[in-house]
Amino acid sequence: MSEFVSFKIDGKQCMGRAGEYITEAAERNNIYIPTLCDYKGTAPKASCRVCTVKVNGRVMTSCTTPLQEGMEIENETAEIQDIRSGIIELLFAEGNHLCPSCEKSGSCELQALGYRFRMMVPRFPYLFPVREIDASHPKLIKDHNRCILCKRCVRVMKDEKGRSFFAFYKRGAKLEITIAPELADKITDEVAQQAMDVCPTGALLKKRKGWDVPVGKRLFDMKPIGSEFEQVK
Amino acid sequence: MSKAVVATTSMAGCFGCHMSFLDIDERILDLIELVEFNKSPIDDIKHFTKQCDIGLLEGGCANSENVEVLKEFRKHCKILVSVGECALMGGLPAMRNGIPIKECIDEAYLNAPTTKNCNPDRILPNDDELPMLLDRVYPCHEIVKIDYFLPGCPPRADLIWNALYALVTGDELKLPYEVFKYD
Amino acid sequence: MSSVVSGVLQEYGNDAGRLMDILLDIQAENGYISDEDITGIATGLDMSTADVEQTVSFYHFFARKPMAKYNVYLNNSAIAVLMGREKIAEAFERESGCKFGEVSEDGLISLEDCADIGMADQEPAALINGLVFPNLTGFLVKELVRDMRKGVSVDELRAHGLGDGMNNSQHLKATVNNNIRKKGAVIFSEYQAGSALDKVKSDRMSPEQLIELVKQSGLRGRGGAGFPTAMKWDFCRKAQGEKKYIFCNADEGEPGTFKDRVILTERPRLIFDGMALAGYAVGAHKGILYVRYEYMYMKHYLESVLTEMRNEGALGKKVNGIDGFDFEIRIQYGAGAYVCGEESALIESAEGKRGEPRDRPPFPVEKGYRGMPTVINNVETLCSVAKLVTNGVEWFKSLGTGQSTGTKLLSISGDVKYPGVYEVEWGFSINDILEMSGGDPATVQAVQVGGPSGSCVGPNEFERTISYEDLSTGGSMMVIGEQHDLLQDVVLNFTEFFIDESCGSCSTCRALAVMYKKTLEKVLSGGGRRKDIDAMLSWSPIGKASRCGLGQTAMNPICTSIKNFRYLYEGHIKNANEQYEGGFDIAKAVADSCEVVGRRPNL
Repeated sequence: MSEFVSFKIDGKQCMGRAGEYITEAAERNNIYIPTLCDYKGTAPKASCRVCTVKVNGRVMTSCTTPLQEGMEIENETAEIQDIRSGIIELLFAEGNHLCPSCEKSGSCELQALGYRFRMMVPRFPYLFPVREIDASHPKLIKDHNRCILCKRCVRVMKDEKGRSFFAFYKRGAKLEITIAPELADKITDEVAQQAMDVCPTGALLKKRKGWDVPVGKRLFDMKPIGSEFEQVK
Repeated sequence: MSKAVVATTSMAGCFGCHMSFLDIDERILDLIELVEFNKSPIDDIKHFTKQCDIGLLEGGCANSENVEVLKEFRKHCKILVSVGECALMGGLPAMRNGIPIKECIDEAYLNAPTTKNCNPDRILPNDDELPMLLDRVYPCHEIVKIDYFLPGCPPRADLIWNALYALVTGDELKLPYEVFKYD
Repeated sequence: MSSVVSGVLQEYGNDAGRLMDILLDIQAENGYISDEDITGIATGLDMSTADVEQTVSFYHFFARKPMAKYNVYLNNSAIAVLMGREKIAEAFERESGCKFGEVSEDGLISLEDCADIGMADQEPAALINGLVFPNLTGFLVKELVRDMRKGVSVDELRAHGLGDGMNNSQHLKATVNNNIRKKGAVIFSEYQAGSALDKVKSDRMSPEQLIELVKQSGLRGRGGAGFPTAMKWDFCRKAQGEKKYIFCNADEGEPGTFKDRVILTERPRLIFDGMALAGYAVGAHKGILYVRYEYMYMKHYLESVLTEMRNEGALGKKVNGIDGFDFEIRIQYGAGAYVCGEESALIESAEGKRGEPRDRPPFPVEKGYRGMPTVINNVETLCSVAKLVTNGVEWFKSLGTGQSTGTKLLSISGDVKYPGVYEVEWGFSINDILEMSGGDPATVQAVQVGGPSGSCVGPNEFERTISYEDLSTGGSMMVIGEQHDLLQDVVLNFTEFFIDESCGSCSTCRALAVMYKKTLEKVLSGGGRRKDIDAMLSWSPIGKASRCGLGQTAMNPICTSIKNFRYLYEGHIKNANEQYEGGFDIAKAVADSCEVVGRRPNL
């Protein structure tokens, strides 16, 4: 077992294991650092940048930064919180996130972060991009309007040979998710369900499953995302 | 102390936000003590008769009339509040954004199930009196300055009440988690 | 699987890590990469086609459909625009009969835009089937297209003569000019091939001693960030790993930078010897020179230099007769992605993947190419090492200023009489540069220091000095005369460049740059508000949370020009009631719908 080290988050003395990621160490100390693209059990990618913190004065992502003795981490400072809400607003304005008509509403992690940060309206102009909804697959709907390109599906969903079901296509503002056509048959009900669970938003939906959890009983309807880690303050 | 004057309107919206507003139930009695309505569907005053303190806006701008109403509100209200997803980001009407306007009009007047065989002369409404469709649906704050935003589809009655109450009394706005939703 | 695909796969031992080379070779053979090729590669490498496609679609120069016989990629960078690129584009469209993004009806010519191709001192310039055609004029375009119609080969198209120096040599035969305007003591002074390694041998210098020597010299990385070279080497030497790698970063993609092109042309031995020294210092046996696709015309030339070195014993077993030091170098080409100049993206690309930068830690010196400790140095840095080993530390330190030792190569372009490469000692001012290059201070509006990711500096700052202490730079200096529209032609162009070149991985880079563009366009169209200008400045910390330098600096063209040229922005604000109105243009918004229904707008 790796050695224990002490570090601070917003001045609070914490203990953690050297080398574990800051996000994990924070959770163990009952402190929530918001994440979006991070997915338990899969190597982090830090593509959303929501978990940005300052470590000893430097801007870093906590999902990819290993813990070291004596780190001074800034988590809920005004500066960091503004960067995070800025990122969330950016994601809302970049795509077409129509919560009222989305099956994932209430269980969507992007939306939940919007709630947590009390985002009223993005500071950025809405781009209203023209994006496709691809419902051609028998099990799965792929709605690019809601995709935040977090790469979770790309990183998590592999077949038994390690080949990717999903992959990035193109780059920059033209970036999108594709499904490998030759592996499409392998997307069974179970794989489709997993894809839907892995997707933080409503970009990947399993077909014929809509609204099986009523609004009001969904993941983030009553409690904010991250509250499970937080002590009563 | 004179009562705060409130105006409300629904532009490219469904009146759901107004309905939600009425969901404040018995607090409507407190409301009447607190504010006086001017131009609003609630009292059916069609035109501004005086300067107002607060304007509540439902719906985004989909046509020229919406723009005109919105600009009237900006002129007559000290504070403008965008209420609901449509005012904030265009909402469901904004699903047409990105679709060429000709396709939208053809779909509505020529190809939709309800118009397909009922418009043999293929007439597209073009009377001078009619509002003109905008190229896309605009959030209100892209057209005029908006001071506050209340999300939700519709915003919960409690949220509208809390916001209005805070604005009128100067108290701090209460934003409990359960009333703050985008759907 | 076609025989081409199976042959290429076999050549690279079915190694998915060599996917870039596999794709480049297949494209070189077939002209494009077909669906069948993708399936063949995926099968051969045990990947899904989506995995292959995600690499292919990342790079600008991979073609997924059959190309024309002559493929013209015309640079659209800001400098190209200042130098009259639009007229050349019109000439190509007129002569070829097709628009940009299209192929001519007879399938003869295709026209595409591309980002800066490293020819800012001889713009407008285009790549035609991988060869460079600089200094284009309307007349020249006419001639080129006429000859294409006659079926003249691209090699023969180089009608307007070969360039100077080694450009005119047998293996290069390039129409490019070096434009070396000032030779300094380090890079462009004479160098006896192999002498740096001779010195290591004759002095019986240990790797540690070599690192100490570099440390004494005060040499810092020339790519722009200025990290001490010796420290990087020392980290890598001490890192655990069964293999170690040396990378030379010749992916200079920063618009307005072209000095590496000239070093590659004139001093390839200096680079390769520098790589060998780095290998000796850190204990690496393999060096990889990563070159941008735009310099593909140098491929045979660079390979020929390596072959010569192998024949001389300057590469291979016991390099230069130094016992126990084996070193090989291979050349890795990119395929058109600016972000690959970022060191960790460069590694990803060399591993056959999308050029998405990695998060640090771990740093490449601990875990780099194929997970092994890796040093990545700039071309100029490695050349400086070779020279300082040969000529001594004291000599090197006598050049430059206290914290900035040695010389710096500048790529000067734009509105100056003598665009080209200048090797100068550190510590000069922008005024010095203008004087040297024949820029007229009276008519210069701005100087873009360090490329789009650097700063847009106005005359009141022309006294500032170029050094790690003050204005740091990778070497690009673009001089912009007063006759140009700074915001439209330069700032907007740079912002679009960052949008095109973002890998898209970080939300803060992918989306924020688009927001900047949209807001700048709003201001330029007259619909902006003062609030919009301040908003753009306030967004900057969000972009700074990006993983790599591209995202962290994508706002610099706008933010530095707001700081130094705010009056230009405010000059566009026409709306008297801007505090309450958002610059919405109703006449424009209703125009389409009125036309569709057949009525006159009633406003």
